[in-house]
Amino acid sequence: MSIRERLSGNEAAATAMKQINPDVVAAFPITPSTEIPQYFSTFVANGVVDTEFVAVESEHSAMSACIGAEAAGARAMTATSANGLSLMWEMIYIASSLRLPIVLSLVNRAVSGPLNIHCDHSDAMGVRDSGWIMLFSETNQEAYDNTLMAHRIAEHKDVMLPLMICQDGFITSHAIENIELVEDDKVKEFVGEYKPEHYLLNKNEPIAVGPLDLQAYLFEHKAQQAEAMKNAKQVILDVSKDFEKMTGRKYGLFEEYKLDDCEVAIVCMNSTAGTTKFVVDNLRNQGIKAGLLKVRVFRPFPAEEIAKALSHVKAVAILDKADSLNAAGGALFEDTVSAMYVNNVHVPAINYIYGIGGRDTKADDIESVYKDLLEITQTGNIENPYRYLGLRKEEN
Amino acid sequence: MAYNVKEIVANKPSRFTAGHRMCAGCGAPPIARHIMRALKPEDHAVVANATGCMEVSTFIYPYTAWTDSFIHTAFECAGATLAGAEAAYVSMKKQGKLPQDGETKFIAFGGDGGTYDIGLQSLSGAMERGHDMVYVCYDNGAYMNTGIQRSSATPKFADTTTSPAGKVIPGKMQSRKDLAKIMVGHHIPYVAQTLGYMNFKDLYEKAEKAIYTKGPAFLNVLAPCPRGWGYATDDLMKINKLAVETCYWPLYEVIDGVYHISYKPANKLPIEEFLKPQKRFKHMFKPGNEWMIEEFQKEVDSRWQELLNLEGI
Repeated sequence: MSIRERLSGNEAAATAMKQINPDVVAAFPITPSTEIPQYFSTFVANGVVDTEFVAVESEHSAMSACIGAEAAGARAMTATSANGLSLMWEMIYIASSLRLPIVLSLVNRAVSGPLNIHCDHSDAMGVRDSGWIMLFSETNQEAYDNTLMAHRIAEHKDVMLPLMICQDGFITSHAIENIELVEDDKVKEFVGEYKPEHYLLNKNEPIAVGPLDLQAYLFEHKAQQAEAMKNAKQVILDVSKDFEKMTGRKYGLFEEYKLDDCEVAIVCMNSTAGTTKFVVDNLRNQGIKAGLLKVRVFRPFPAEEIAKALSHVKAVAILDKADSLNAAGGALFEDTVSAMYVNNVHVPAINYIYGIGGRDTKADDIESVYKDLLEITQTGNIENPYRYLGLRKEEN
Repeated sequence: MAYNVKEIVANKPSRFTAGHRMCAGCGAPPIARHIMRALKPEDHAVVANATGCMEVSTFIYPYTAWTDSFIHTAFECAGATLAGAEAAYVSMKKQGKLPQDGETKFIAFGGDGGTYDIGLQSLSGAMERGHDMVYVCYDNGAYMNTGIQRSSATPKFADTTTSPAGKVIPGKMQSRKDLAKIMVGHHIPYVAQTLGYMNFKDLYEKAEKAIYTKGPAFLNVLAPCPRGWGYATDDLMKINKLAVETCYWPLYEVIDGVYHISYKPANKLPIEEFLKPQKRFKHMFKPGNEWMIEEFQKEVDSRWQELLNLEGI
C-alpha cells in the first residue's frame, strides 16, 4: 500500500532522496531549494541514510564535488536554484561530457538580475543545451515521482547522462499538498544499485577522467553525447512504464489533457499546467474545445511526438516562463515551432512570455490566451507571434 | 630508514610516466614524480589536476602519464572535485561497496593560478571541511600555460605579459601572496613549503608526511619555469638551490600549527644571486634600478625574519 502524506515540493524531493539513499550529496543553500539540503542533512545527522553530506562553500563546488564523487563510483545528488545553477554552469557541461549520471533537483527561480527569488524558468533555460536530461514537474507528486525515476534513466548504459528534475519555486516547492509515497523497500528495489562500469575508486582498473580533448576526438565525443540524449527518450518511456506498474501513475514524454479533439491548445510546463487544466475544464463546459500539452521531458526534446500531437489543432499558444531576449521568442516556443515545421505540421502558433520573476498567472490570464487563439482560428491573422501575458501596461 | 634517493628511484617505479609533454627544464614533472613516489607501493591514489600546464601536458586524449586514477574537471575546482571523490570513498568504504581492501589516497596538483587565485575558494572549502587529502601547489609564479601572465604568486617586479616591465611601470608592482600562511590559518594538521633540492629529500619527506597525515594537508612547492622565468633549461636545479640559499623560498613545515624551519642556510646569499640568472628580473639590473633590488632584498629579509619569529613561538 502506498503511503498518503501531505508534503511540500521540497519535502517531496528530499523524501525521494532519502529513499534513494545516495552515496554523496553535495549542496549549497539558495532560495527556494534550500530546504532540500536542510531536510537531507537532518536525515544524515539522524543516521537515516548512508550518505556523506558535503556542505560545500559554493554551487560551483557542489557540482565539482558531485562530479568527483560520481566519477569515483558513487551516486551523487544535489539541489539548487537560479544563480546557484548559473554558478554551476561551467561544471554542468563538464558533468554531462564526462557522462556522469548525477541527479540534480532544480527548484526553478528567476536568474538575476536584478535579484529576484521567485519562480520563472530562466535558470533551467540557461542550461537547456548542456546535455542534461530535463524533466519538468507540475506538482509535488510529479517532482517526487520524477526523482524516483531519475537514476534508472540517467544510469542506463545507453544513456549515462546527468539529469535534473525541475519544479516551480514556491508555487510547488513550498506549497503543501497531498502526495502518495512509495514504500521504502519498493523504492530501493525500483531504483536498484548503481554499478558503474569504470570508476576512479576501482584500484584494479585505474582510469583517467577529463582529458585535454583536441581536434582529433572532441567532435566524436560530442556526437556520442548527442546519441546518448537520443537514446534517453526510449529509456524514459521504458522506466515510466515500470513506474506505472508499481504505482499506477502514468507518465510519458508529455501529458495530453483533452488534446486529442481540441481546436485550441496551450503548450506549457510545470505548475502552470495545473491552472491551464482548470481553465480547459471551464471552457469545455462552455462548449469551447480547449486542450493542453504539458511538456514533461524537455530534454531530450520530443520534437516528432509533439508535432504529431499538435497536428490536428487549429491554433496553438506556447507559454514560456523565461524570455530568451532574442527578439524572436522563448525557448519552448522555438523548439515547438521548429519541431512542427520539420515534421510538416503547419498550425498557427503564438508565443507568450509569462510569469517572469514570479508574476502570478491566474486562470483569467490563461483564459485570455484561449480567447486569442479562438480569434486566430476565425481571422487567420497573427499580428505578433511573440507576446507577453500578464505584463503590466504602462500606467498614465 | 634514512632517505636514499637512489634506493627510492630503484625500488619505487615511477607512477608518473615518461612521454608527457612538459617542457625541458620545467620544475613541475620531477615534483609530481617524486611526490607520487612517496606513496606506499600498495596504496592506490586518486589524483586530481587543476587545468594548467601539468594537466594539458600529461593527459591528452587518448594518452595519460598517470598510472593511478586521475581526474581533471576545470581550472578552479581541483579542491572540490577531489573532495567529492574523497567523500565517495568514505561513503562507499563505510557501506562495503569498494571492490578491494587497502588504502586510497587523494592528491591534487594545481599551479599557482589554479591555487592562489581562481581555485582559492575551492581549496579553502576542501581544507576547512577536513577531507583526507593533499593539495599540492606547484608554484611557478605566473599563468604559464596561457603565456606568462601575472598571478598573485608572481614576485614583485617580475616582468610578465600582463605586468610587463615598461618605461613607466617596471614590472609587477605588488608583493607575492603568502599562500602557505593562509593554509596555516585553516588550522589543518599539515602545511609545508618545499622544492626539489638536495636529492629531493625535503620534498619526499614532506610529501610522505602530507599523504600519511590524517586529514587535509597542503604542500607549496616552488616549480621554476624556464619559459616564464627565462633561465637555461639545464639550470633548473641551480635555480632551486639559489631560491633556498637566498631564503627567497624558505623550506618549512607547520605541524598542528607549530612552525619548524627545515633548512637554515649557514651563509644566506644575497638575492641578486637568485634574480640574476632570470630574464624576468633583467630590468632590475639596469643602472638606476638598484632600489628595486634593495626593496626585493628587504622583503625577503623581513619574510625570513617573520618565519624565524614564528618558529620561536
